[in-house]
Amino acid sequence: MLAMNYRGPQRVRLDRDKPMPEILHPQDAIVRVTRSCICGSDLHLYNGNVPDTRVGETFGHEFIGVVEEIGPDVNKLKVGDQVIVPFNIACGECTFCKQELYGNCHEANPQATAVGGIFGYSHIAGGYNGGQAEYVRVPYANVGPMVIPDNMHPDDAVMLTDVVPTGYQAAEMGGIQKGDTVVVFGAGPVGIMAAKCAWLFGSGRVIVFDQEEYRLDFVRKYAQCEAYNFRSIEDPVVFMKKTTDSLGADVCIDAVGAEAAGSAMQTFTGRKTLMQAGSATALQWAINSAKKGGIVSIVGVYGPTLNMVPIGNVVNKGLTIRANQASVKRLLPKLIEHVQSGILNPKELITHHFPLEEVSDAYRIFSDKLDECIKPVLVPPSARV
Amino acid sequence: MENTAKDYSHIKGWGIDADPKNDPTYPMRKRSNEDHSGYSWKRPPLQPIDMEVLHSNERPNVTAVFGTSAPPSGLSGMLRRYAFQYGEGSFGHWLPLLLADRVNVVEGILDDLKRGQAPNIWAERGMNAEWKYNRKGLLQNLAIGAVVLGAAYAYFSSDKD
Repeated sequence: MLAMNYRGPQRVRLDRDKPMPEILHPQDAIVRVTRSCICGSDLHLYNGNVPDTRVGETFGHEFIGVVEEIGPDVNKLKVGDQVIVPFNIACGECTFCKQELYGNCHEANPQATAVGGIFGYSHIAGGYNGGQAEYVRVPYANVGPMVIPDNMHPDDAVMLTDVVPTGYQAAEMGGIQKGDTVVVFGAGPVGIMAAKCAWLFGSGRVIVFDQEEYRLDFVRKYAQCEAYNFRSIEDPVVFMKKTTDSLGADVCIDAVGAEAAGSAMQTFTGRKTLMQAGSATALQWAINSAKKGGIVSIVGVYGPTLNMVPIGNVVNKGLTIRANQASVKRLLPKLIEHVQSGILNPKELITHHFPLEEVSDAYRIFSDKLDECIKPVLVPPSARV
Repeated sequence: MENTAKDYSHIKGWGIDADPKNDPTYPMRKRSNEDHSGYSWKRPPLQPIDMEVLHSNERPNVTAVFGTSAPPSGLSGMLRRYAFQYGEGSFGHWLPLLLADRVNVVEGILDDLKRGQAPNIWAERGMNAEWKYNRKGLLQNLAIGAVVLGAAYAYFSSDKD
């Protein structure tokens, strides 16, 4: 089958002879992929910043598709169902899943206890092949996958596998109260969605920072918020203080993670030399921009080692830090309602559809933000007929 | 500096999920305290282990399911086995894994060559897209690279003389 194949930092290609996935566990399903996104967090893998990313792996944790085969214990799906597959692999039976912490399942990732299982996200997240392929093995098929409602556009559905839940949970973890000022660092797809969702919790003001003008233009219109280019501001933290009567924002959201720009020191130590687990510029700004007693919500992805952040300011300002991988299964029913009622229109973020065969160019375009790319989707041949 | 209006009627869904109870001290999970009894839940059926699966030394076993995308092999595999002797908080774990990843890239190129397939690095790096959408930047980078390589060559050549 066709599948993306990682060959090393900034080198991916299409394999035409990857073996078909097989049922390896009684609760497995095999899904024929119809849409698969490239996520901003895939770029951490693409750039070689995540340890234990092995040559030959297929990335892709945001995908939808059609159930082609089910294991003997799968009773909640049938062959032919079109399904949204959450990016988390979750057993539904461990103590964490029972608490709806589906991003923290204890029975899906042997390689690390600090993260659950994730499709196509290196051996740090379980060593699963991902959905940037024609077919994919989906473990625990009774738990994660959800049948796509009849009237839902596939581009909306694929955005519900990660971008929408992660953006929504970023706002939810902010504990936003009516009238709160919320600042989102990063106008990538997740940051845009976090800004949009911040209003759903009653924000009084939503502000977004990024360095790409086309993304700032987009988020201003899409999320009806303020948006500023940090390159044209001497210090985003001072700017935030000045615009909040010197107090700071009630809620600060880091929607960037390890690829953050804006600080030469962070970029050198975090992205160029890997002396820390990615550049923590956005998190540094989030902590320093928060009001005393405020909340910092982190959905940006970092590597597993350590990062330079002003933890002393967290203590001295009495900040609360909330962070997690999105619990997609917990949020899906509500978010499907929001999409169906028109409150959220996630497919508007998709700027590019690429044939799966053009995966190398798709990664380059997304990584280098060429052609005003916001969200790229890969479409396998069988879904194009 | 703009200021957002106080009337939010133009924002569809404004406040629809507002929840005064969603205070950070209010746990965002269905807390049952079942986890106080430890790793005691009924485990799902276990995926047969028919390949080498490394597991964190912070857990007692391989999880009930696991990925099979790229089992450890070769020199990179030896480095990965070494790394998994150390806990997840240790540089002894992560630094060998990063080294293994780089070694694995060379192994990948050698594997390609063994199969009679030279990797098309230009295409794998998506340079066709760069050429299409950022030709000036690409040419600039290539020129800088050429100058650096030329300077290095000239320096080492002159050393020999």
